[in-house]
Amino acid sequence: MSTLEVPGRARVFGDDINTDYIITSRRKRESLDPQVLRQYLFEELDPGFAATVGPDDILVAGKNFGCGSAMEVAVTAVLGAGIRAVLARSFSRTYYRNAINNGLLPVICDTQGIREGHRLLIRHQERLTVHNLTTGEVIAGGALPQIMLAIFQAGGLVPYFREHGDFQV
Amino acid sequence: MSAKTISEKILSAKSGQDARAGDLVVCRVDCALGTDGSVPMAIDYFNAMGAKRVCDPQRIAFALDHYAPAPTPAAKLLHQRIRDFAAQHGILLWDVGEGIGHQLIVESGRALPAGLAVGADSHAVTYGALNTFATGIGSSDLAAIMASGRMWLRVPESIKITLTGRLREGVYPKDAALALAGKLGADGATYQSLEFCGPGVASLDLEDRLVLSNFAVEMGAKNGIFPADDKTTAYLHGIASAGSTAVPWQPVEPDPVATYVREITLDLDSLTPQLALPHQVDRVIEIGGATGTRVQMVYLGTCTGGRVRDFHQALAVLKAGGGVATGVQLVVTPASRTVLETLRGDGSLAEFIAMGAVVGTPGCGSCCGTCGTIPGDGVNVISSANRNFKGRMGNSSSAIYLASPASCAAAAVAGVITGPSEAGQ
Repeated sequence: MSTLEVPGRARVFGDDINTDYIITSRRKRESLDPQVLRQYLFEELDPGFAATVGPDDILVAGKNFGCGSAMEVAVTAVLGAGIRAVLARSFSRTYYRNAINNGLLPVICDTQGIREGHRLLIRHQERLTVHNLTTGEVIAGGALPQIMLAIFQAGGLVPYFREHGDFQV
Repeated sequence: MSAKTISEKILSAKSGQDARAGDLVVCRVDCALGTDGSVPMAIDYFNAMGAKRVCDPQRIAFALDHYAPAPTPAAKLLHQRIRDFAAQHGILLWDVGEGIGHQLIVESGRALPAGLAVGADSHAVTYGALNTFATGIGSSDLAAIMASGRMWLRVPESIKITLTGRLREGVYPKDAALALAGKLGADGATYQSLEFCGPGVASLDLEDRLVLSNFAVEMGAKNGIFPADDKTTAYLHGIASAGSTAVPWQPVEPDPVATYVREITLDLDSLTPQLALPHQVDRVIEIGGATGTRVQMVYLGTCTGGRVRDFHQALAVLKAGGGVATGVQLVVTPASRTVLETLRGDGSLAEFIAMGAVVGTPGCGSCCGTCGTIPGDGVNVISSANRNFKGRMGNSSSAIYLASPASCAAAAVAGVITGPSEAGQ
């Protein structure tokens, strides 16, 4: 299996970031376009975030990231901003599912030593590891189970279904 | 290695595999709900997958509940897309005014013991009260279910919640749910199942169990499942005789020596009225600790607290206390048209209106700020809902307290937060 590498700059949030804080329910009433929604990312928590988000940013959070509503725009708006990975001590299960299903890499790991602006490198080679290039710390991120890995590697559930037409088990 | 939890048994049956906690399985889905909050994206995913026809459309239902009625032209267009897709594929559509999808799934007998029912909305966990494995999914999962009839699931570990005793007068299932959220925390059951059991289960009616199952997701749980008993049977027979689609079913019980990751006992006898403080659902205290906090808006409704008994409990407190205090706006939003009709038929609706309540369209209403009455700047809201995140009801300059319908009504009477027993004095 090929190695996946995601380099990026840490953008740090706290615990219990619910999906309404990522993108409010009101916004998706008006548009589902990730390029529109990205303008409102984290508007309740950090009104300056959307203007400063860059394509090599990696979201870093504490526990229970993506709790609350299962709305999938909370993943597609993040992807729309160019972000490819989210690190958290734990995820709500619906956010984790939606991330895998859309090709956003969710990494469950100890994020306590990561600070805003740290340079990170996520590497996936059978297991996930996070290299904090700023501090030199290497953080274990576990492994993706087989079905999740297949969906993620296909680029999400849409390309997976386009290829297979159904779940391959 | 033979003993199984309820979740392991149901997911084994639905996957055709010997499913154990931690396994990833692909399951056949018995019932899937989409809402106006999730279906438009699901249609996009379905089309992008190259799918042409919906597999088993009779297993799918859509509810227009989050934008009910549609507050903007863009939301109107989303509704029309959903109506068109439903008509094209022969999918049941509950249009604006029918109510909250979760309530309609339960009322229509689509969630049954031993079944696997999911919803593209996190509060699909509600159906766990019926001994159904019920969980929330996203739009892409709903699209895959429409395309294939199946979904992938990680089999959850289970936390055994043993209920003992019975709730005292003036204490309600919502208080038990809040107490549990306070005990476990907002992530205390992440990726796991809450499996309710114990002698206290029999003291809870099906409507009461719906409140506890509904709240499971506020602790991060994948599902919150009850055993089936005489009350489950009575409820299902009741809706079947009312013309629902309920079919014969078999309950699923856990094996006596099934493996649990954690065991918690919740003594219903010792519970007191609870309150979640802004802006986290697990910031739970005894309601007396916030006595005197002014409220300007009281919200009764949602998939947690918008059923007939919730309104009856609230109305009893309001009547005993002499009505709504000056300066308090009371908003009443029944969870479904059936709930609305019942309240109309028994006179409760007229009494709420006589007290000055604003009555909203059956649906999600103000709960997630997408339609209905929005609180003003600086307003304190006390609500029978399940979430109090900052900005949840559409204004981040307001603050939301969560409590039982009776405690909400007590606050409406007093104009300040107070225990329900004090309101009538």
